[in-house]
Amino acid sequence: MSGVLVVMEQRAGVLNRMSLEALAAGQQLAAKVGGGCVAAVVSEAGGLKVAGVEKVYSVEHALLKDYTSDGYVDALEQLVKKVQPSYVLFPHTYQVRDFAPALATRFMQVLISDATAIHDGPVFVRQLLQGKLNADYKQTGDGPCFVSVQAGSFRADAEAGADAAVEVFTPELNAGMIRNKPGEPFRESAQTVDLSAAPVIVSVGRGIGEESNISIVEELATALGAEMAASRPICDNGWLPMERQVGSSGQTVSPKLYLAVGISGAIQHLVGMKGSKAVIAINKDENAPIFEVADYGVVGDLFEIVPALTKAVLAAKS
Amino acid sequence: MKILVAIKQVPERDAQIRVAADGKWIDEDDLSYTINEPDAYALEEALQLKEKNGGEVVVVCAGPERVTSTLREALAKGADRAIHIEADDLGERDTLGIAQMLADAMKGEAADLILTGLQSDDLGLGQTGVVLAELLGIPHATIIMQVEKTDSGLRVKRELEDGWFQHVEMPLPALLTIQSGGNKLRYATLMGIKKAKTKETATVTASAAGAKAVSLEKVYLPEKQKKTEMLTGTPAEIATQLVEKLKFEVRVL
Ligand SMILES: Cc1cc2nc3c(=O)[nH]c(=O)nc-3n(C[C@H](O)[C@H](O)[C@H](O)COP(=O)(O)OP(=O)(O)OC[C@H]3O[C@@H](n4cnc5c(N)ncnc54)[C@H](O)[C@@H]3O)c2cc1C
Ligand SMILES: Nc1ncnc2c1ncn2[C@@H]1O[C@H](COP(=O)(O)O)[C@@H](O)[C@H]1O
Repeated sequence: MSGVLVVMEQRAGVLNRMSLEALAAGQQLAAKVGGGCVAAVVSEAGGLKVAGVEKVYSVEHALLKDYTSDGYVDALEQLVKKVQPSYVLFPHTYQVRDFAPALATRFMQVLISDATAIHDGPVFVRQLLQGKLNADYKQTGDGPCFVSVQAGSFRADAEAGADAAVEVFTPELNAGMIRNKPGEPFRESAQTVDLSAAPVIVSVGRGIGEESNISIVEELATALGAEMAASRPICDNGWLPMERQVGSSGQTVSPKLYLAVGISGAIQHLVGMKGSKAVIAINKDENAPIFEVADYGVVGDLFEIVPALTKAVLAAKS
Repeated sequence: MKILVAIKQVPERDAQIRVAADGKWIDEDDLSYTINEPDAYALEEALQLKEKNGGEVVVVCAGPERVTSTLREALAKGADRAIHIEADDLGERDTLGIAQMLADAMKGEAADLILTGLQSDDLGLGQTGVVLAELLGIPHATIIMQVEKTDSGLRVKRELEDGWFQHVEMPLPALLTIQSGGNKLRYATLMGIKKAKTKETATVTASAAGAKAVSLEKVYLPEKQKKTEMLTGTPAEIATQLVEKLKFEVRVL
C-alpha cells in the first residue's frame, strides 16, 4: 500500500473544476507521504485526458453510463484493491457525498469529508459548526484513508505536463446489483433572473427573522440599483423566489459588490459568491464565517445598520 | 409503511461557541440544544408519508440523557415511538461507530424506510446515513427533497448541483438522507404534547466504543485568511463610512 489515488469526476467527457482541485490536493499529499500520485476517472467509455500524474485509470463499464452509488462503489472497491493506494482523494461533490462514505465502509474505514487543508502528519483540516470552528483529523485505522476535498480549498493550477498514460480498468459488474434507477437530470423552471451578470447584489439571510422584514433590505437594494439575492433558507421559506438563491445549489455570482445581510457564510453559500470583487458583510456575530471572505465588515444589528445605510446612499445620490 | 427517523441533537444555531479546555471539543456547559435542522425535515417527511400511506414513525437518537428532550419533541409532533440509544461518549466514536450503534438499534425493527438528515449542523460529516445503509445492506439516495411511494418502492427527487434535480426509483427497504426545505415543518400542538406523555421511549444501552478509523485531534477558531476592514461607530457613522467605500473603493455609487 502506497501513494495517492485521486478519483476525478467527469460529466459528458469534461472533468469538473473541483476534480482538478482534488488532483492538486493529491499531488500535495503525495509530496508529503511519497509513493506518487495516480488518478482515476469513471465512465462508460474512456477518452479523457489527465495531465500531471503518472498514470490515469479509466474505469470503464456499460453499467457506469449513468451514475449509481451501487455501480460506483463496486467498481471503485475493485480499483482500490488493485491499485492499493494509501490515500484515496475525491472532490467533495454531491455525487461523492452519495457514494464515497459507502466505499470507505467496504474497507471498514471512515471518509474524512470536506477537507480544507492538508498539513504534515498528514493532518486533515475540516470545518465544524458550519464554519465557526476548524478541526484537525487523523487516520487511526489501517487500510486506505479516504478523503474528500472542499471546493475552492486547493488551487487547480493549469494542467501541467504531458498527458498521463491511460490504463483501462474494467470492473466486474452485473446489472442485478444496481438497485437504484436514476432518471435524467432536469431543472425546475426556466430561470428568468440571471444574477451572474448583475454588477451589484444585495443578499439577505436568515438574520432577517421574518418575511415582512425583507422590505428593509429591498429598500437598500433599490437605493443601490442592486439585484436582490438570498441564502437558501430564505428561498426555502418562499420569502424570495428560488431563482434568487446563491450557492452550491443555486446561482454562482461575481458582482463588483456583494452585500451580505444577516448571512452566516456557510460553505455552500460561500462557493456561490466567493468570486465577487468586493464583499461587505453585516452580521451581529463577530465570529460569523462570512467575515472570512468580506473586505468590509460591520458587526451589528442589521435592523439598525441597513436603514441607516439606505438613508446615506439616497443622500449621497441626490 | 414503517419508517425509522434518525434524529440528532445539536447546539442551537445562534449558540455562542467556545472551545473546551482540552481543545478536543466545544464547551458544553450552558449550551442549549435543538434538533438538527435537516432531521426536522426528515421527521416531517416521515409524518407526511404516514398520513398518506399509513404505518408507524419511530424516532431514534444516540446521545446522553439530554437528547430525550429532542425525542419528546418529536413524539409531540406526531412520532409514534422513540428509541434512545444511551451513549455519553459520542466523541469517542467515529462515523462507523455511530452508524453501527444506529444499525444495532434498528436491525430488529425491520423498517420499510429509514430517513436521516443529509448532514449534522455540528460535525457536518454528511455521511452517517450512507454508512448506515451500507451496514444494513439496503440501497440509499442522498440530498432528497421529495419522497413518493410507488407500487414497486419509492420515487424520490434528488438535488444535484447548480439548481438541477433528478428522480430516482428504488426498491424498499431503503434509506434516504433528507435535505432541508422540501416541506413546511409543523409545530407540536398542545394536544400533541399531552399525547407524547403516553408514548413509549425505549432506552437501549450502546455497546462499548471500539477502535476508531479516524480521530478528531483538535478544534480551534479558524485563522483569518483575509484582512477584513471592520467598520465601527454608531449606525449613522458606519453608514457614512460604507458610502465612502462604495464611492471611492468599490466604485458602485
Ligand atoms: C447540500 C447542501 C446544499 C446547500 N446549498 C445552499 C445554497 O445553494 N445556498 C445557501 O445559501 N445555502 C445552502 N445550503 C445551506 C447552508 O449550509 C446554510 O444552512 C445556509 O446558507 C444558512 O443560511 P443563512 O446564513 O441565511 O442562515 P444562518 O446560518 O442561520 O445565519 C443567520 C445569520 O444572521 C445573523 N443575524 C441574526 N440576527 C441578526 C441581526 N439582527 N442583525 C445582523 N445579523 C443577524 C446571525 O449571526 C447568523 O450569522 C446548503 C446546504 C447543504 C447541506
Ligand atoms: N447521534 C446520532 N443519533 C441519531 N442520528 C444521528 C446521530 N448522528 C448522526 N445522525 C444522523 O445522521 C445524519 C448525518 O449526520 P453527519 O454524518 O454527522 O453529518 C444526521 O442528520 C442524523 O440524521
